[in-house]
Amino acid sequence: MSQFILHKENTRGHANHGWLDAHHSFSFANYYNPERMHFGVLRVLNDDSIDGGMGFGAHPHDNMEIITIPLAGAIAHKDSMGNSATIKNGEIQVMSAGTGVSHSEFNANADEQLNLLQIWLFPNKKNVTPRYDQQTLDVAVRHNNFQQILSPNPDDAGVWIHQDAWFSLGKFDAGFETEYKIKKEGNGVYAFIINGEVTINGQVLSKRDGLGVWDTDSISFKANTADAEVLLMDVPMELN
Amino acid sequence: MQTTILYIGRDTEITTVMNRLLNARPEWKGICVCKDDEAIGICQTHEIDLVLLGNGIDAICEKALRAKLTELKPALKIIQHYGGGSGLLYGEIMTALN
Repeated sequence: MSQFILHKENTRGHANHGWLDAHHSFSFANYYNPERMHFGVLRVLNDDSIDGGMGFGAHPHDNMEIITIPLAGAIAHKDSMGNSATIKNGEIQVMSAGTGVSHSEFNANADEQLNLLQIWLFPNKKNVTPRYDQQTLDVAVRHNNFQQILSPNPDDAGVWIHQDAWFSLGKFDAGFETEYKIKKEGNGVYAFIINGEVTINGQVLSKRDGLGVWDTDSISFKANTADAEVLLMDVPMELN
Repeated sequence: MQTTILYIGRDTEITTVMNRLLNARPEWKGICVCKDDEAIGICQTHEIDLVLLGNGIDAICEKALRAKLTELKPALKIIQHYGGGSGLLYGEIMTALN
């Protein structure tokens, strides 16, 4: 029988540093809640709003798969592997931190707010060679459809990571209904509502709510409002 | 009471960051090294409450390190640190200690 965990948007950790307004779905930095440590291998889901020209100076990471999705605005990224890039809404960035990488991330625009999701997964292999990738996605594909934007397979749609995880993004008309089939046995799915209102497995969810479902093969989905936008993260429930 | 935390990781930049982070809180004292024999020596001469294993330690070294540290201090907590001095650190330590 399927199990679920509901994370209402106002139960997330919150830190407002002035230039950075951060909401944490799971424990991060000074936000510590022992009941909000992870959902399977999904360890971090941060919803950050960053003032124009501001950001995070060079800092290191290791042994995490780090996925960044700009929701509005653009990110200026530089890293110790020599990559220098701008990532904007409609694109996705991934870093396999592996043995260690240093990077900086700034709002690329001086006069526009940047809003992004940063998502960290435990990898399925430690100490890999660090890597970077970004892709531009065809946003038309996600109209009334869960568009795959990430998978374990370099030959599949979207970016790839060192983990048996699949991410999908969709934008839906009011009343649209579908079923999402979980991609691998042992995986659960964490739905993050970027905008609008939806119903998943009978649970009504609003903007920035999160719902994790596991011990099931699929979830039912209905968009309740015209502007519904959802990120699905299909992830192993056990560290591998 | 201060908690003494030993961090072992191969990347010198990350080790430097970890040293700053682990010594930034009054309730923590951090000792950070890159070499396993240094770590073992520190465990022999200091009261260590928690060990964090960082990046670059391969499976063989990790197994040997855990065995030696546990032999020295059977009750010693040894956990993997993910993220390289990132926002996961506080949660990892709190979870391990509690």
